[in-house]
Amino acid sequence: MQTLDVVEPAQTREVWRILGQISDPEIPVLTITDLGMVRSVHHRDDGWHIGFTPTYSGCPATDFLLAAIREAMEKAGHQPVHIEQMLHPAWTTDWMTPTAKTRLREYGISPPQGHACHATSAAVEVSCPRCGSLHTSLISEFGSTACKALYRCDSCREPFDYFKCI
Amino acid sequence: MTYSPLTTYTLRLGDTCLVLAQRLTAWCGHAPELEIDLALANIGLDLLGQARNFLSYAAELQGAEFDEDKLAFGRDEREYRNVLLAEQPNGDFADTLMRQYLLDAWHVVLFERLALSRDAQLAAIAAKAIKEVRYHLRFSRGWLVRLGNGTEFSQQKMQHSLNKLWRFSGEMFEADELEIELAQLGIAVDPRTLRTAWEEEVFGTLLAATLVKPQEAQYRTGGKQGLHTEHLGPLLADMQYLQRAYPNQQW
Repeated sequence: MQTLDVVEPAQTREVWRILGQISDPEIPVLTITDLGMVRSVHHRDDGWHIGFTPTYSGCPATDFLLAAIREAMEKAGHQPVHIEQMLHPAWTTDWMTPTAKTRLREYGISPPQGHACHATSAAVEVSCPRCGSLHTSLISEFGSTACKALYRCDSCREPFDYFKCI
Repeated sequence: MTYSPLTTYTLRLGDTCLVLAQRLTAWCGHAPELEIDLALANIGLDLLGQARNFLSYAAELQGAEFDEDKLAFGRDEREYRNVLLAEQPNGDFADTLMRQYLLDAWHVVLFERLALSRDAQLAAIAAKAIKEVRYHLRFSRGWLVRLGNGTEFSQQKMQHSLNKLWRFSGEMFEADELEIELAQLGIAVDPRTLRTAWEEEVFGTLLAATLVKPQEAQYRTGGKQGLHTEHLGPLLADMQYLQRAYPNQQW
């Protein structure tokens, strides 16, 4: 059976681990690997190739994260680094790991509900990250960042952010 | 400056996003409600990101001495290739919303088709943008229906904006030789083929919003060829001021 050890050198896992420590500047509880923004890590003759995808077309954190990746790789002595920005396939909240969703909820942000394919059709049931109630209502389709919408819990009356499903 | 057909087509797509983004950001801090302020700024940010993707690709096609900033801040009005509707003034919230709705509905049908382009980069940019513009459409359609069914005054205002902007809608479905040739190669979307799907969305929503489709008018066109209304010049003067006064300045 082919395993990661066979296909890629042991360092690859180390690089994934390093990248997994870089937090998203807008949602510090999540890292770029939690969000699925790192698409690939390969070691080739001319250095490390990292495939990276931005979340939204206009995400202002993109340049910051590219610099953070370069810095982290340099600190760990993995040089040189080539970052390939990949637009295809388009980023989706479906790539968010289950543990990331749990941490997001604990942080006070309701994680994306359902599957991105149905994102714009049916209204989803958004649950309150504090009391778990499903009696919630939309306040604003746009929130403090591109990836969030603003909701209010009708049970505990607290407002909260919902991570949009796209 | 001469551009290849593919570069010109890419600039048309990018300029419409860029000019509309610039218009929307002018609302930041001025919208009627905080939630609307957030929405318009966020929609503008998405469009700016899409514009960056298109313009970076256009610069890449054009050659080493170009980049997205040179294209955005270094071209004159006559070199801009956006559709006229995008450059129309913000006016009041009804005007901004109507302009947004008509363009959102067009972007959705356009990007759905462009995502199937034989040009891999255009397809990738469109596939990413489609998720964003669908969300924008949900917002603008929702407000259109709400204000159309609001008070007599809000209904009048929406109808007035619709009547005013309708003459710019025809340009979105007008094809020139360049687009027809690129469409035959499977790269561009022939704009004429988008009309039915757009009308299906727009006519249904106008009905739900109790608004009346204006009479067919003489459509204003020319933006894609660089012939703009009087409103683009001042917008560019504002947007390009810093780079014109201090060329190549970096943040």
